[in-house]
Amino acid sequence: MDEGLKSELQKQGVFVTTWDALVNWGRSNSIWPLQFGLACCAIEMIATAASRYDIARFGSEIFRASPRQADLMIVAGTVTKKMAPQVVRLYNQMAEPKYVISMGACATSGGPFHTGYNVLKGIDRYIPVDVYIPGCPPTPQALLEGLTKLQEKIRARSMGAALQEKKGEYPVPEYGKQGLEPRYHPDVWQPPTQHPFDYQRAGGGATP
Amino acid sequence: MLPSLDELKSSLEQLLPGVSMAVEGGSLVVPPKDVTAVCRCLKDTDRFRLDYVANLTAVDYPPERIEVVYHLCSMAHKHGPVTLRVKLDRLNPVVDSVTPIWRAAEFQEREVYDLFGVRFAGHPDLRRILMWEGFEGHPMRKDYVPEDQNVL
Repeated sequence: MDEGLKSELQKQGVFVTTWDALVNWGRSNSIWPLQFGLACCAIEMIATAASRYDIARFGSEIFRASPRQADLMIVAGTVTKKMAPQVVRLYNQMAEPKYVISMGACATSGGPFHTGYNVLKGIDRYIPVDVYIPGCPPTPQALLEGLTKLQEKIRARSMGAALQEKKGEYPVPEYGKQGLEPRYHPDVWQPPTQHPFDYQRAGGGATP
Repeated sequence: MLPSLDELKSSLEQLLPGVSMAVEGGSLVVPPKDVTAVCRCLKDTDRFRLDYVANLTAVDYPPERIEVVYHLCSMAHKHGPVTLRVKLDRLNPVVDSVTPIWRAAEFQEREVYDLFGVRFAGHPDLRRILMWEGFEGHPMRKDYVPEDQNVL
């Protein structure tokens, strides 16, 4: 419907919308996050849920303790290699349609623990991430910004397409001799072909 | 009040004939074979009564040695910490467990075993605690190379 007619009708007290816009308005304002935190980012997430920043203003105040009742996973903090299989399993158990916010430097890339032996270098190696939030830790404002970005993303798609799309289950990595096996899920993540910091890989191959 | 390290050393050597220790950089260096005797004495002698092992860790000094470090405190006398160090052969680091003396050492010794590969003889349940079963290597050793070093 063209905007001119729409505003003309509005002046007469007739409001017109699309089914998509209506349902997506509802869906995007009732995103229920999964209640789990992994590290210090979780403290910021708790602060976001508390009265001062009040995530309830965006309809996401109901942190569910069960993945079956949640449709947003906020990966809040350092994902250790020991914890990663459980995170993937929780993601697999969530109801469709489901979304992931990677909160902070650690969940996104390993952060300050990037070169360590025990931390996963980004949860996006195993599950698809919708919104990345930078920061160490991100402020509550940044988390709310990420949430509004996710809401925009939800509103931008037609409801039918979103409901038909099945993220499905992703393979749960297993504990190996050096780290997790496999090291990443090729459907969601591929090692970069070109490394921006060449000093780190002097003479090294492109093996992940 | 705890005596100074030099006094502690001489009184321990008096109490335990045949044990010779050294004072190095604010800590007492104990020979590996005498760890149990020294710790038992430090805990049971009324004057010291170091009944609390506040910390038990290790330091890797490649290429030849690993040191296990003990920090002992006394809850009864409110003094401490006393630092003990044990120098071990890096290729075959074995030392007697102090878990029979301080139960609190159990998990800390497991952690040192996990991350440094030091084996504690007489430990009731010596297995990995932080890394999983089946993990290879001891990641806190300085020559350990983690996977994925070249990936952004």
